[in-house]
Order: sequence, then structure tokens, then C-alpha cells
Amino acid sequence: MNTVTKGEPADTGSASKPRQREPAAPVTPVVSYRNVKKSYGDLEVLHGIDLDIAAGEKIALIGPSGSGKTTLGRMLMTLEEPTSGIIEVEGEPLWQIERNGKLVRANEHHLHRMRSKIGMVFQHFNLFPHMRVLRNVTEAPRKVLGIGKEEAHDRAVEMLCKVGLEDKLDVYPSKLSGGQKQRVAIARALVMRPKIMVFDEVTSALDPELVGEVLSVIKEIAEEGEMAMMLITHEMDFARDVADRVIFGADGRIVETGPPQELFGQPKSDRLKSFLSRFV
Amino acid sequence: MWDWSYAASILPRLLSALQVTFVATAWSFVLACTLGLVLAVLSRSRFVVIRLTVNGVSEFIRRTPLLVQIFFLFYSIPLLTGISLSALATGIIGLGLHYSTYMSQVYRSGIEGIDKGQWEAAKALNFTPVRTWSAIILPQAVPPILPIMGNYLIVIFKETPLLAAITVVELLTTAKNINARDWRPFEPYTIVGVLFLLISLAVAFLAGWLENRIKHRYSR
Amino acid sequence: MISKWLEWMPLMWEGLLITLEVTFLSAIVALIIAVAAGLCRLSRLQWLRGLAYVYMLLFRGVSLLVLLFWVYFVLPFLGIELSKLAAAVLAIGLNYGAFGAEIVRSSILAVPKGQWEAAQALNFTSAQRMIRVVFPQALIRMLPPLNNLMIELMKATSLIYFITLTDLTYQAMILRSLYLPQTAQIFGLLLVLYFVIASVISLLARMLERKLTAGRM
Repeated sequence: MNTVTKGEPADTGSASKPRQREPAAPVTPVVSYRNVKKSYGDLEVLHGIDLDIAAGEKIALIGPSGSGKTTLGRMLMTLEEPTSGIIEVEGEPLWQIERNGKLVRANEHHLHRMRSKIGMVFQHFNLFPHMRVLRNVTEAPRKVLGIGKEEAHDRAVEMLCKVGLEDKLDVYPSKLSGGQKQRVAIARALVMRPKIMVFDEVTSALDPELVGEVLSVIKEIAEEGEMAMMLITHEMDFARDVADRVIFGADGRIVETGPPQELFGQPKSDRLKSFLSRFV
Repeated sequence: MWDWSYAASILPRLLSALQVTFVATAWSFVLACTLGLVLAVLSRSRFVVIRLTVNGVSEFIRRTPLLVQIFFLFYSIPLLTGISLSALATGIIGLGLHYSTYMSQVYRSGIEGIDKGQWEAAKALNFTPVRTWSAIILPQAVPPILPIMGNYLIVIFKETPLLAAITVVELLTTAKNINARDWRPFEPYTIVGVLFLLISLAVAFLAGWLENRIKHRYSR
Repeated sequence: MISKWLEWMPLMWEGLLITLEVTFLSAIVALIIAVAAGLCRLSRLQWLRGLAYVYMLLFRGVSLLVLLFWVYFVLPFLGIELSKLAAAVLAIGLNYGAFGAEIVRSSILAVPKGQWEAAQALNFTSAQRMIRVVFPQALIRMLPPLNNLMIELMKATSLIYFITLTDLTYQAMILRSLYLPQTAQIFGLLLVLYFVIASVISLLARMLERKLTAGRM
């Protein structure tokens, strides 16, 4: 297990950032992976990951495809179950519950409760094609959070304004460009007010000219501060701009981690050097 | 309730009636496959009139009940033409004709699955239409659709009891006759039901096996 | 000739009503069973999946006419007396429900995995995922094959002639015995009537499809 970085303070390297945070108080991280492994059959794709994400922290996961970045995010969103290890969300195990002093596999009730703290934006948007844009955003607040029609509407419109789509409320997703779809998907996840949001290669399926509009929306949200973000991305400039901390993973391990200017400026490992050389 | 010895006593008669069912199934299937191919080829004809006629007639046959078609053939054809066929032959023609319209759609899906380049290659090699179809198109179009054709074999088999309506003494008619003699519907109808079920499941199993074999061969 | 056709009308009209009634009732039964069995087939509970599997295997493998005979002639022998109408609706509904279940199952499976995941990420319960997100999308995929199935079902109602329910086919057979020289005309008319019913079903299904997909695709 050559993973590093446990409990590193959230604001390392944020001195150069426009936003300032309080010096790290001994608070529980919003998410913490402890020796998390994942195998498909005989193939182990994650070899024991340890990683803490502080409340409000923005981390970027970079690395070659197949390094297990996406799996890390999907396990947090409860879409894939870790083979072993513990993922804690606000100090509470995500995939396990305690019963008679022992941790046992969580039931759906527990997962449902835990999921309310987590949001996700997908590579392929996954908008609901049978609902108009507004309903895509209001459906979950109304049916999952049980919020009244009007409040859900107001919240949804607010979010859609934030992503610049207030004029598309009554349109079906099929009529939107890829960039617009992804912005709706961001609004849809944001309206649930999660503590941490996973952005899983959200620009990888977009035409190059549409990448910018999505990234700038995410950057704006990041600057508002209070929500933690896990940005799984291939956009190095974006990672440098937005992340408080960058994590470079390869072959199912975390290889190097640090503030962006350090990681991109003075990469230590050969893996990272050769990886970054491809983006110059 | 269930009388095993009675069931055993009527089983030989039912099994021998199965022969007629098999004959009807086999010939109807052959007819459906042949005529279906003709319809499929004609529906790609260059001539609009042929295309429209073939598609229109096929659609009409597909949207009307087989039973009524069989009645039509059995009762009106002799009146209209003076030709009188046996009930079994009429039934086979009815079944074959009905399912040829379904089979032609199966062929068409197979033909449409062929890369356009194959037609162009055939044209470039100056093949005649007959040679194009027989040497290039059909050898590629048919193997992938064999499992679906197998399913239609089952469908036709399960439809043969309809021939009871025009006095063909197949399995169901035999069961009816036994019931009329002994007034015991339980055993004959149950045996017939089980026979149909077992045979169609067996053929379905075979078709599935065939499908796997074909997938294997073509995914190399 | 016109006067002949007019003489036939009352009887054919009665038959038409029976055919439509049996078609409608069997279609309802078949669709309910199809959705129920199709969903059970995808259930997390193994016994429920198994039950649906056995049902679909049996009732797709059986011959409808034999099933109809069994329900109508054998069940009374076992102490279950059904009216002709109930026997017809039950047999047709069970048979076509099994085929419909396969359509429902495969349409649900054809909904992209991302839709399930997005619904889960938004924390919908598993029932909400199915009802609000997946099923409405599967429904659109189901409509064309269900349309064909309903036409097949309508055609299959002609088999109720065998248990002497007085449907279109039955009435035509009566007319034939009264007007033997016009046999071809009677059956021709009968075929046209079935064709018209099938075309109306198809038209309605397509209108429904268009309504459900309006603006979306």
C-alpha cells in the first residue's frame, strides 16, 4: 500500500486562492476512504485507497484512464459497492451499519439516508428524456425531499438561472445541446443540496466548443464554497484553477497528492511526470 | 380424478394422430419459408406496383385471422374454382400462406442487415440478379435469422389445432373424438396440452442451442 | 346483392360486438398480467422471478386453442365452472399476457443503465425509480410491439368460435349455412371486417405513441 495523504488539512495550498478558509479545526472530514479496495472477479482495480476530503474542499482526481478514478466516485454515490474497506460520510460508514457492535452490510434504508448527502453529475448527463427541463430539476426535491410544489419550482428556477438556462424550462432534453444538457444535470444535482458532489468526467462526452460553458458553471459553483467537490477530470487547466488539492492516481493507487501548483509545478514521481508531459 | 390407466389407453391413438400434426407443421413450414422468400424478394422489386401489391396483400393477410382464412380457402375456393382439395392440403396452404407473410418480414430483416457494400461488390463483379441473391445475399442473410425461423416453426406447430375446424383429424380433433365417445375431457385434453407444451419447449430449446452455435461461428 | 348484404348486417353486427367485447376484456387481462409478470421477472426476490419465469414458459409454449379447450371443457370437470366469456377471456389473457410479459421485461431492460443510476443518485426509492423514471421510458419502447401483440390477440379471438361464443366468425358460419352460394362473399366481408378492426387498433396505438413521444425525441 503506497498510498499517502491521510487527514491532510483541507486548506493546504489555498493561500494563493481568492477564497480563504478558517485554519483547519479538528473537524471530521465530509468523506473519508479507509483502505478501500475494489475487485471485479479476480481483478483488483483499487488496491486500498486512503483519502480524506474536508467539508467544502474541492479535490481533483486525475490520472490515466483505467486508474480507478471513476470507481472511487461511483462507490461514494453508492453505485458500486467496495469489495473491502470503509467509506465514511460525515463520520458515519456509508456501506455498513453497526449492529451488536459489529459492522454489517447496510440496508437500503441506511443507504437512502446517506445518499441525501451526496450528489453526482455523470459523463453522459443521464437527464430524464421524458421530462421537460424544469421537471427534471423539480422531480427529486418534490418526491424525495417532499418539498411543496411552489418551493420546488422556485428552487429549481434558481438553480437553472445559476447555470444560465432560465429560458429552457419548458423544453425537452432532446432539444438541448450537450453543454446545455450537462448544465441541467448540474442544476438537478445541486438542487438537492448535497454535502459533496461527484463530477464524473462531466466534459468528456462534449464537443470541444461546449466544454467551456460547463467548466465555467462548475467554477462558479466552486467559488460559492460550502459544498465539497470531487472532480474526476482530464482537464488539467480546470483542475489547476478549481481544486484545492489534486490527487494523481494510477493503476488503482494514489501516487501523488498536493496543492495544484505543487503537483503540476514540481511533480515528484516519474509516473506523474510522464502523465503530465502528454498535456503540454 | 386423473385415471392413469385410461390415460394410457388413449395415449397410442393420440400419439398416432401426432403424425398428422407433424406432417401439417412440416409442409406448412416449408411453404411459409419458400413463399416468404419470394415475398421478401418481390417486396424489394424495382417496380412500385409489385412492391405495393405484395406489401398490401401481406398486410391484409397479417391483419386477418388464420381461422377465417382457412374457412375461406376450404369453403369458397371449391365454389369459386371448382377445384377441391383435401382438408389437410387446404390447411397446409392456409397455414403456409399466413406465415409466409411473417416469414417475409424475417427475411427482410436479414437482408437489411447486410452491408450495402455487398450489393455494390456484386454489381462491380457484374453478377446477375439471380447469382447476387443466391451466392452473395442469401448465404449471409439466412444464418442470422435461423433462430427466428425456428420460432416460427413452433408458432406454426401450435396453430395446427385450428385445422380441427375443417375436419383434419390431427391431435386436437382426435382428443375431441375421444371425448365425444367416452365423455371424459380431462385426460385427452390434458395429454394434448402437455404434448404441445413439451414439443414446443423442446424445439425452442433446440432453436436456442442453434442460436448459440451460430453466434459462435459468426463472432470468430 | 346490396339487399343480401343488408340482410346479413344484424347478425354480423351482433358478432362484431362480441368480438370487440372479448378483444377488449382479454386485452385488459393480458396487459395487466404482462406488466405484473414482466416486473416480477426483474424482481430482486428469486422466488418471484422463478414464478414469473415458469408462467411465461408454460403459457408461451402452450397452444391457445388447446388451452381454450382445457379451460372450457376440463375445468368444469375439476369443479370450476366458467361461462364461455370468462373461459375465453381467461385463456386468451393468460396466453397473450405471457408474450406481453416478455415485451415488458425487455423494454425495461433496454432503458439505459445511466437512467437507473441518475435516479439513484437523486435518491429516489427503488419504487420511484421504476415508476417515475424507468417505466415511462420503457413504455415508449413497448408500444410498437404491444401494438402488434394486440392485433394478434384480436385475431385470436376468432378461436372462441370453437366454444360457440357468437362472435363474428361464428355468425359468418351461420350466415354461410343460410346463404351457401354466397359463401365467398360472406367470408370476404368477414376478412374485411377483421382487417378494419386491426387497422383501427393499429391507428389508436400509433396515436398514443405519438402523444407520448410528442416533442421528446
